Amino acid sequence: MSSTIISPAVLPRRAGPAKGSESGIWIALFAITMSFAAFTSALFIRQASSDWTHIAAPRVLFLSTAVLLVSSLLMEASRRELEGQPGPGTNEHGRRLAFVALTVLLGLTFLAGQYLAWRKLAAEGLYLATNPNSSFFYLLTGVHALHVLGGIAALLYLFIQLAVQKSVRRNLLRGVVVYWHFMAALWLYLLVVICVRL
Amino acid sequence: MEEALKSEAHAHAPVEGFLWKYVFSLDHKVIGKQYYALALVAVFVGMVLSWLMRFHLVWPNAKIPGLELIAKTGAPGGIITPEYYLSLLTMHGTLMVFFVLTNAPFAGFGNYFLPIQIGAEDMAFPRFNMMSFWTTLVAFVVLLAAFFIPDGPPISGWTAYAPLSAIGKDAGPGLGWGQNLWVIAIGIFCIGQLLGSLNFIATTLDLRAKGMTLMRMPISTWAWFITSSIGLLAFAVLLPACVLLLLDRMAGTSFFIPSGLVVSDRLQNHAGGSPLLWQHLFWFFGHPEVYIAILPAVGIVSHVLTNSLRKPLLSAKVIIYSMMSIGFLSWMVWGHHMFVSGMNPFSSLLFSFPTLTITIPATIITLIWLGSLYGANIQINSASFFALGFISMFVSGGVSGFFLAQPSIDIYLHATYFVVGHFHMVMGVAAIFAIFSGTYFWFPKMTGRMMNETLGMLHFWITFVGTYCIFMPFHYLGLVGNVRRYASFVDDFMPTLMPLHKFITIAALTTGAAQFIFFFNLIHSRFRGKPASANPWRGTSLEWSVPSPPPWNNFGGEHPVVYHDPYQYGLKGSTGDFVMQTSPEQILNE
Repeated sequence: MSSTIISPAVLPRRAGPAKGSESGIWIALFAITMSFAAFTSALFIRQASSDWTHIAAPRVLFLSTAVLLVSSLLMEASRRELEGQPGPGTNEHGRRLAFVALTVLLGLTFLAGQYLAWRKLAAEGLYLATNPNSSFFYLLTGVHALHVLGGIAALLYLFIQLAVQKSVRRNLLRGVVVYWHFMAALWLYLLVVICVRL
Repeated sequence: MEEALKSEAHAHAPVEGFLWKYVFSLDHKVIGKQYYALALVAVFVGMVLSWLMRFHLVWPNAKIPGLELIAKTGAPGGIITPEYYLSLLTMHGTLMVFFVLTNAPFAGFGNYFLPIQIGAEDMAFPRFNMMSFWTTLVAFVVLLAAFFIPDGPPISGWTAYAPLSAIGKDAGPGLGWGQNLWVIAIGIFCIGQLLGSLNFIATTLDLRAKGMTLMRMPISTWAWFITSSIGLLAFAVLLPACVLLLLDRMAGTSFFIPSGLVVSDRLQNHAGGSPLLWQHLFWFFGHPEVYIAILPAVGIVSHVLTNSLRKPLLSAKVIIYSMMSIGFLSWMVWGHHMFVSGMNPFSSLLFSFPTLTITIPATIITLIWLGSLYGANIQINSASFFALGFISMFVSGGVSGFFLAQPSIDIYLHATYFVVGHFHMVMGVAAIFAIFSGTYFWFPKMTGRMMNETLGMLHFWITFVGTYCIFMPFHYLGLVGNVRRYASFVDDFMPTLMPLHKFITIAALTTGAAQFIFFFNLIHSRFRGKPASANPWRGTSLEWSVPSPPPWNNFGGEHPVVYHDPYQYGLKGSTGDFVMQTSPEQILNE
């Protein structure tokens, strides 16, 4: 049994500052990665079957890929705008709003591109249940599109905060930026899977 | 630019009005109690289902009055059909694994005590926290709805093996809308758990008080943190699996349904799917789920036991590292559920090795508990007895795991009562004992009143003896070849086992009835119990530094400062044989 004496204690170590939304998004990315890993594993097992065929990826996918990548760059520019120092004599607030609005617009354009890709496949007679390849095509693009839609909702929230209060929380901004970049990276991965495996 | 950016706020203001205070509450403590209450309802329903099953097994032709009102086709005239027996079995497993063993020790106690034990005012995302509870409640209602549709609940078991679960109503009763409701309920449940796990991790990483380093967190907090990390990844796999299953059922895809399948004289319009794929996805979630149930139990028991022993465990750190290894290994063992599935036998060996390895950290934890008991002056109360009962169940149920982990033995024992005995003891009853231990221990903090110890002890002894009477004979039944999931045992060699089955049924009815002692104690003590002080058990962690029950913002707006490791017992402190984490006393030799 050790003993204690009453005296001023040793100064404890500090915990780091709370990061809120930013931590939340980083943690969510692990779960999203895991879900798409599960879908991909399912694809690898399913492709061993004799009814596995091949479908040509609609060309419009490459266009929407470019749009999503540009939107990712714009998002990064928005972050720098919001975190950086204002230049002299510029309409700082208007510029910021324009950057975020453009990012949203490009996100919506990407979704429109995905919709065109689905229409293209449907026109070829390839529906969700036609064959395993078309099933995985709709599944992977659909689930990704849902996640992008979530990102657009977050961007709109950011836009409204910025428009109404002229300010956003740093961690919210960082969270949305990280998520949006991740959506682009995830899409690049899915595009490779679609082109190589489907 | 700085004025464009604000700092994050995670606290919320106190609220007025019953609805906002107790129903749609953002307070982690209320949400924790809501999860606990939901688990109580679920465990009651699950227990009644097990009674019905045990009753039917030994008196297959006896009428159960009133049952025909709920199950017109499942129990015509109050007599359970073999198919309805499978429905009961499916719902019992689903309710117990998801809504009891995941909800109470992890979501319930975790929500209430994790923020307090790390010195936070609330969870990192209180709104998500409320959402995760309400999502879970919706899942519960959707699942129970299966009882009230004409077709009844699904018959495919809590594991919902494909293609049985994937085809639709051709495959049997309850496999139409009953199975749809099951898949939807589990999908919704996954979303709730994902939100909850995210919140637990963010809270632990971000909101620790000054001085609360990771290694100064109590073992219970560590257990919830590790569990939430497992849950985040495990439920992220079950959710896609549910999506695929739902697509097979409703959209005509063929992820799990093979070619040329003829069911009920009808060729199924599917081709090329892999039934094994479902098993892989399900058990990739399913095995970590076992640890989602048991790690919080390990945490709670370690926390309670240290307090009861009035001295530190031999090594709290080794327990934490062992829990981490269990969490890590839990991802490599899912195939041990599939030894007889037709999987490559070589894979079986690969899964067997990490399964046997996982017993090493589990044994280390057990030996630390037992070693710490040596020479300790243990406090005799319901909480400590249930903690000891947990160790007993954990060991008795865990030992049979050594046998089942080996493919050659598992081939004989697979799908027998041996397996049922194994997982009920090591996962089911053990975790329930930890829930009881946690309840008796933390009830004073949660309500401001003590529970009745006499009733607690009575509850312990009947439950402890009763569960051994129920589940130990299961092992024997399994060894002599009694298969599981059969609705009755009247043919072949089975009738000779009926006396034992009768004994088990009587033990199950008695042990179940004894739980009403606990329920009465819970309700009675809530209103009439002896008032509890802030620190009735002379505990050291942060939850004992606040009033019982804690105010809405836990620490009354103060920011606690932590000076010590969590378990400073067996010392000569200024207030007794312990030093609280928030006490600025200096401990020599710390």
